Amino acid sequence: MSNQPLRELLQRESIQQRCESVYETFGMLTLTVSKENLLALCHLLKHDSALQFNFLSDICGVDHYPQRPRFETVYHLYSIPFKYRLRIKCRFELDELPPSVVPVWQTANWHEREAYDMYGIAFVGHPDLRRIYMWEGYDGYPMRKDYPLRGYADHYNPFGEARSERTEGA
Amino acid sequence: MANLENRFSNNVFFGTVDSVINWSRSSALWPETFGIACCAIEMISAGCARYDLDRLGVVFRPSPRQSDVMIIAGTVTKKFAPIVRLLYDQMTEPRWVIAMGTCAISGGVYNTYAVVQGSERIVPVDVHVPGCPPRPDALIHGILMLQEKIKKQHVLRRKDPQETGKVSP
Repeated sequence: MSNQPLRELLQRESIQQRCESVYETFGMLTLTVSKENLLALCHLLKHDSALQFNFLSDICGVDHYPQRPRFETVYHLYSIPFKYRLRIKCRFELDELPPSVVPVWQTANWHEREAYDMYGIAFVGHPDLRRIYMWEGYDGYPMRKDYPLRGYADHYNPFGEARSERTEGA
Repeated sequence: MANLENRFSNNVFFGTVDSVINWSRSSALWPETFGIACCAIEMISAGCARYDLDRLGVVFRPSPRQSDVMIIAGTVTKKFAPIVRLLYDQMTEPRWVIAMGTCAISGGVYNTYAVVQGSERIVPVDVHVPGCPPRPDALIHGILMLQEKIKKQHVLRRKDPQETGKVSP
C-alpha cells in the first residue's frame, strides 16, 4: 500500500509543527518528535478523524551508546479503520525522560514496562512502572550496550563477567 | 527372583528385598507434569498415544508430592530457578531428576545474563538427555537409563555417602 495518502494527511500544520522530520524507511513513514511534543502528537494521531491511529502495536527501546542523545523510543502505530502504519521516534537522554503514552493507548503500559526493564527508561507519568521480565531486585538493565552480554557471574552463571571488571552501566 | 518348585503355589516368588523395592520403584516412575519450554512439547508427545510412556509405568502426576521424577524440560531462567528448586524440595524421597535437552543440561545456546548454565546448579541430576529438543525416543531412552540406575541401588545395605567419598547435595 502506498504511503502517499498518509504522507499528504501528515502535511497538516497541526502535525508538522509538532514533529521534527518525516521520512520513509523500509516502506513505512517515520516521524521524529521531541519528547515535549510526543504526547500531544500521539493524542492528535489517535483522535484525528482522518487518521485514527487507534492501535499501538509496539514500543521499542534503543540504546545508541556512545552517541548522544543516548536513548531512543520507537512507537509503531496502526490505524485499523484506514490501514495506515506509522513509526514515531523520540531521542532523549536519561536525565530528560519522555512522557508515558498510557493516557493515549492503554496497551503502552506493558510495552513501557518492558523498555524500562531492559533499558532503564523510566517513563514520566507511568501508572505502574515495575520490571516485567526480570525479577524484582534485579540489578542493571540487560539490553544496554554497556551491559555484558553474558551478564555478571553468580551461582547460576559462572561464565559471566566479574562485577569488578566493569563499573559503568548496571 | 526364583520360583521354588513344588513348595508353594506357582505365584510365590523369592528375591532380595533390594530387588523387590528397586523393581517397584523403577516400574512406577511418576514424573511431575512440569515443562518449561519446547522440550516439554516432546515430553508431552512421549506421553501421548504414539510413544505412550504409560506402558513403562511412567504416569505424569499433577503434584510434586505424588511424583518421584522431575523432568526438567526446557530452559531454566534465573527467575524460574527458585521455583524448580522448590518443586524438587516438595517431592518425597526417593526422587530423581532427568535434565532433558541442551538448555537444561548446560544452558545451551543461551549463555546470557538470564539463563542458568545447567540445572546441575540447582538440583542433583541423575540422567542427562541430550538434544535440542530430544526426540521422544531419546527421552524414553533416558527413562530406561534411570530405571537401570535405580535397579543398581541398595536400599537396606546402603553405603554411607562418606564411605563412597561422594556427598550427595
